Amino acid sequence: MKLALRGGRVLDPSQGLDRIADVLIEDGLVSAVAEPGPGVADAEHDVRGLVVAPGFIDIHVHLREPGFEYKEDIESGTRAAAAGGFTAVCCMPNTQPAIDTAAVVRQIIERAEAVGCARVYPIASLTRAMTGGQLSEIADLKAAGACAVSDDAFPVQDSETMRRGMEYCAQFGMVVMTHNEDQALTHGGAMNEGLTATVMGVPGIPATSEDIGAARNVLLSRLTGCRLHLLHISTAGTLDVLRLAKREGIPVTGETAPHYLTLTDEACLGYDTNAKMNPPLRTGRDRDALRAGLAEGVIDAIATDHAPHAPYEKEQEFDKAPFGIVGLETAFGLVHTHLVLPGVITLADAVSLLSAGPARALGLPGGSLAPGSPADLTVLDLAETWTVVPATMQSRSRNTPFAGQTLQGRARMTVVGGRVVEI
Amino acid sequence: MHDLLSLRETETHDIRHLLTTAATLKDILSRPVKKVPTLRGRVVVTLFYEASTRTRTSFELAAKYMSADAVNIAVAQSSVTKGESLKDTLRTLQSVTADCIVMRHPSSGAAHLAAQFADVPVINAGDGRHEHPTQGLLDALTIAQAKGRTGSFRLDGLSVVIVGDLAHSRVARSNVWCLTKLGAQVRWCGPATLMPADASGLPVTVHTDLAEGLHEADVVMVLRLQTERQEKGLLPSVREYARTWGVNAAALRVARPDALVMHPGPMNRGVEISAEVADGVGGIRVGIEDQVRNGVAVRMACLYLLMDQPPDAHGGASSPTSTDVAPEVRS
Repeated sequence: MKLALRGGRVLDPSQGLDRIADVLIEDGLVSAVAEPGPGVADAEHDVRGLVVAPGFIDIHVHLREPGFEYKEDIESGTRAAAAGGFTAVCCMPNTQPAIDTAAVVRQIIERAEAVGCARVYPIASLTRAMTGGQLSEIADLKAAGACAVSDDAFPVQDSETMRRGMEYCAQFGMVVMTHNEDQALTHGGAMNEGLTATVMGVPGIPATSEDIGAARNVLLSRLTGCRLHLLHISTAGTLDVLRLAKREGIPVTGETAPHYLTLTDEACLGYDTNAKMNPPLRTGRDRDALRAGLAEGVIDAIATDHAPHAPYEKEQEFDKAPFGIVGLETAFGLVHTHLVLPGVITLADAVSLLSAGPARALGLPGGSLAPGSPADLTVLDLAETWTVVPATMQSRSRNTPFAGQTLQGRARMTVVGGRVVEI
Repeated sequence: MHDLLSLRETETHDIRHLLTTAATLKDILSRPVKKVPTLRGRVVVTLFYEASTRTRTSFELAAKYMSADAVNIAVAQSSVTKGESLKDTLRTLQSVTADCIVMRHPSSGAAHLAAQFADVPVINAGDGRHEHPTQGLLDALTIAQAKGRTGSFRLDGLSVVIVGDLAHSRVARSNVWCLTKLGAQVRWCGPATLMPADASGLPVTVHTDLAEGLHEADVVMVLRLQTERQEKGLLPSVREYARTWGVNAAALRVARPDALVMHPGPMNRGVEISAEVADGVGGIRVGIEDQVRNGVAVRMACLYLLMDQPPDAHGGASSPTSTDVAPEVRS
């Protein structure tokens, strides 16, 4: 089976490649990036005027299956991924049951192979059922195909448990991904602590709670040698922690999300529960620091923290509504419109932060169009302007704060393992 | 004006209009027959998710003086305890012909959510630590009357200090917007652990020292201290609070001689306010009873202005003056 994408602008930051070329694919692998021309292929796609990039990889997604299929499942979640240009996602373990046994890891992988529109790499929980107690069977989980471990939204508070967990993971080369939060400082909080929360009378989540959590985890990474990945960095302070850790040679990577780069806590005014997530939207100062952090290269990846919730769950009192927003289908449009077009980062940076960067952070395949690489590609239309209409999204859920926003730039097509994804 | 959700989002001219109307309607309270037919046949539902005696009673009296039928939904006895959502509760109330919903709720923003689901006017009777708009209005009316500003409802040149637990106070959050819109200068005074984050970003000056906060103040508004704050580690003891931030006659000496002392109630005598101050001993001017009386008048004005217009006029720019109210009131 041969596939050719003809005449596109091939942009592969992992090889410093940016030119008009044909991408030739054979048996699920990239066989060549060649001068445009005629050739023989089983399927031809004219992608003149479009950008061909390595497939996007979102290392922070909640697919909700098993257990919460009314919010999302592997089929709908990976369809949303494909619509957003993602060819692979890593799914978080806060399912029911949690991803804390090899059986659940295998179930997700098999289900994704059967119905998925993107590759799915399960993230297992560090502790059983994310309770912060007994460790999950890390070796078994790794053998079954877990790509990393995380207790995500239930961050381990006890430093001894975290230390032993990281020591244990280090011996298997398992990356520990942490949501960084000292929960003693955040109890009852529903949005960023600051002037906006004060005006709204909403209990606050101080930025310092994230910074302390990140600093502790970084210090434990130094102590244990365990590879650490800081999830959804939302504050200038945590970015400073990441920068300092890298300068010290501590094995740490970090991601942020499109919403932290484009919104501030003022989006919560009017009690819009679609602007409620954890960590919360912060101040303009934090947003600007994160933008600078992308440009500077301190941040390794942009991940969405795609967190679907049913409408009736979000149609509640602000403090009762669950945390989280969907993000797969808006990520590229937001990054292109708000960061690339204004010149904060280059298009190559954006592609790298969405593909090679996250692949490196977790040691995943992908992120490159070098010959012999898996043929996972994203075709982008940089000129398309479109409006975010939740009702037409592929995700089963609708909880986005970007409804009605007009964005420029959208994924047109994804290719996974040499096959064009139909959505 | 369709709803009354917060004074931050209420236009200054609407605030003045509510106050002018309340001042007019207050006459009814001193009549032998306390009833006008203005809202006859209309139904006001008070939906209280938090215990409240004075605010709920005040709204009920206001409704009854205006001849509306007042129905109280006590949440402890309702289907809410069976897990009904706010949306479903409001839809149900509306379908049983509520013409106005007065709601108190422990979640900040609950009134905004209610207004999304209800077509009829929603009056916020206190949501979490966000706002308590009718309290802000009754406080402004009390100040205007005490200071002779009811002609214009301009409070320019007056310094109002709000003392106490500002972090958890919806009263303080309504007052800051209402009073500054009317021209007053507002100070917030209390311990740092009871001051919300970035309070200095509000149109207030922030003080932790009581004498500094009270200096030359025209109005001293004392907030209730929830005594459980010490259990949460926010205060060493109620005793230390009373000695450091309690408003007593000695502390008041730095305020203006004609300073008016107010309290939204219920008071903890001997904690945030001394008994002598609460009782106005020694010529101290106390507005607490006026606040209660003005509360009924303000709530009558709110019900009148939000309900006494045809449904299709909701959201329009209708702004009857006090003279429009007067003939009906006197009938």
